[in-house]
Amino acid sequence: MDDESAFEKHDSGWERASTARVVPPVRPRKLAKVPFVELADGRLQGVVSSGSDIARVYVSSIGAGTHGFSCSTNNNRPCGGLGSRPCKHLQSLVDEAVLQHGFARVARYLQVDAAGESGAELMAQLRGQRDSTPAATVFSRFLRHLAYLEVPVSVAPVPELDWFPTGGAR
Amino acid sequence: MRGSNLAELRAPLSDVDGALDLVDGFDDALGHGFARLGEERAGRLTVLAGAVAGSPLGDAVADAVAKVAAGSVSEEHLSALAAARAALLGAAHDALLARCDAALGRTRESWQPSASEGPPVAPNLLAGVRAWLTEVAVTGWRGVDHELVSASAPLVEALYGEPALRRVAVLLDGLTDELRASSPVATMPRLPERRWADLWSRALLLTRAGAWGAAGATDVTGRLLVLGVDVHEHATAVRVQVHGVLEPAGGDTPRLVRTNLVAAKVDTIVGPAVWQLFGDRPVLLGALAGGHALDLVDMPLLPGGDLVWHDERASAGAPADPFATARVLLPGAVAPPVHPLDRHPVGVATPVLIEGFTAGEGGFDIDGETLTVDVESLPDCGPLTAEAVAAAEACIGLLRWDAGRWSLRPLAVRGTVKRKPVATHTGDWALGPTDPKVVKAAAKAGDAVSVLRERAGRLLRK
Ligand SMILES: [Zn+2]
Repeated sequence: MDDESAFEKHDSGWERASTARVVPPVRPRKLAKVPFVELADGRLQGVVSSGSDIARVYVSSIGAGTHGFSCSTNNNRPCGGLGSRPCKHLQSLVDEAVLQHGFARVARYLQVDAAGESGAELMAQLRGQRDSTPAATVFSRFLRHLAYLEVPVSVAPVPELDWFPTGGAR
Repeated sequence: MRGSNLAELRAPLSDVDGALDLVDGFDDALGHGFARLGEERAGRLTVLAGAVAGSPLGDAVADAVAKVAAGSVSEEHLSALAAARAALLGAAHDALLARCDAALGRTRESWQPSASEGPPVAPNLLAGVRAWLTEVAVTGWRGVDHELVSASAPLVEALYGEPALRRVAVLLDGLTDELRASSPVATMPRLPERRWADLWSRALLLTRAGAWGAAGATDVTGRLLVLGVDVHEHATAVRVQVHGVLEPAGGDTPRLVRTNLVAAKVDTIVGPAVWQLFGDRPVLLGALAGGHALDLVDMPLLPGGDLVWHDERASAGAPADPFATARVLLPGAVAPPVHPLDRHPVGVATPVLIEGFTAGEGGFDIDGETLTVDVESLPDCGPLTAEAVAAAEACIGLLRWDAGRWSLRPLAVRGTVKRKPVATHTGDWALGPTDPKVVKAAAKAGDAVSVLRERAGRLLRK
């Protein structure tokens, strides 16, 4: 049994609990290579650092259900490594998504009906075609993600956080 | 706290059960969607309206239920229903808190109407949030999909641009993150009905007021003795909430207080790394890590018992053991009142010292009564683990109530290791982990905060 199914073994009071757990906590991972991964807008999407140029990043995505994949630079230049099969950036994206969210959650989001552990196993299940790129949308979500780090600390009470107890990652 | 106190705490509260059954009716309607309620669901809302008929809300709620049942759903009607729901949960909160205070023999101040809140901020933005919440309610949780969730993103971004609206921003961000992860919600086998209805209702009420409870602070001088640290977080926010006893200079009665640091973050910043987000509050963090008191000069204290932390108005005091504070000062400390609009069972989190128990499967046995211990909420940013709790001989924790039962959330435990007393606190790592294994693991994973700050510095100011 993997972490995901253990997490979802809700007790009978779950529906009536104000502090019910809905999203499992993410697991820590190195961020240098793939600083941003998310399951959003019906896609697994993220940003992958270029191995050679520190100023360049690739924006990669895989659609849920269709498994249509795309990869381009943030300036919308197509990824040179992308052919009829996914490039190494997409492989890194899937690897890191599995590290961060666990195989089961990523597979379910992408609507892959298979069990496994590694990103490579998940990759092997994808049957999609090369798709048009949502690079601008995904890159702006990455910038939005980074902008959280610039929001100042608040010392005013935020009682709404009472609904979000921490814990559960270890 | 003895077994008899625990038994008193847990005696049935039929008024609370009754109120929550009425709330269930609303929560079920929100899951299904208000657009097509059907007779049975409308009937349950009529019963809810009956329960508040004698209150100032009575007419508005009765009118709202009639209109909604007839298929006309508006912001006004939904706001009236959300207010009725909040009133019922407020009453449940009051009964639970009174029960808790009685069982602990604790004195609590009552709320005094005070200074008016500031003028409303960004009314158009709040109207936009209200419109989104209305669309969600009309559709129902079961109808929420990627498109509806994505429509909230610009609202959340704009809310973060208004510091006075931080509460709404943090709340809506947390709710929409769960909806995003759960979309399309129709595929979920079960719905967290109470939770999402709580978050939806609180968001709607906050869009009416903007915020509350941030006015009427008075400056206090004295000594703050820390009891422990509670941590809350979702993907993009983390709060470190310090519970302590304030000994006012001049010898007034000690008061139970809290202080809060709330940082924005991202989902990949987890574990001990979250402390780095508060690095510019070294005096407070130093006291948590070092176990000493804090001397305060003119620190603002809000009427609800929250110190508005200014690190430069505090200095490190003498060493102070939270267990000594809990034993000596906590029993006589006066508890703060609760802002009328914050009254909800989720806010019942009362510090308590538990001794003389046997730690066992699922909880602490006190004179044959078992107190459930919430080990799932032990913060990953500190050294307090389920193993340490299982070996505890004394525990400082927060007494809480959720889903019909009381539980204890530990903030610190004391046990015996190699015949020596050892205390572990959730805030021990406030200046960084001290366990060599954890330090090594953190070094291997790399510094998430630094990596992301470096990217932010490069990309956001291009
Ligand atoms: Zn690529």
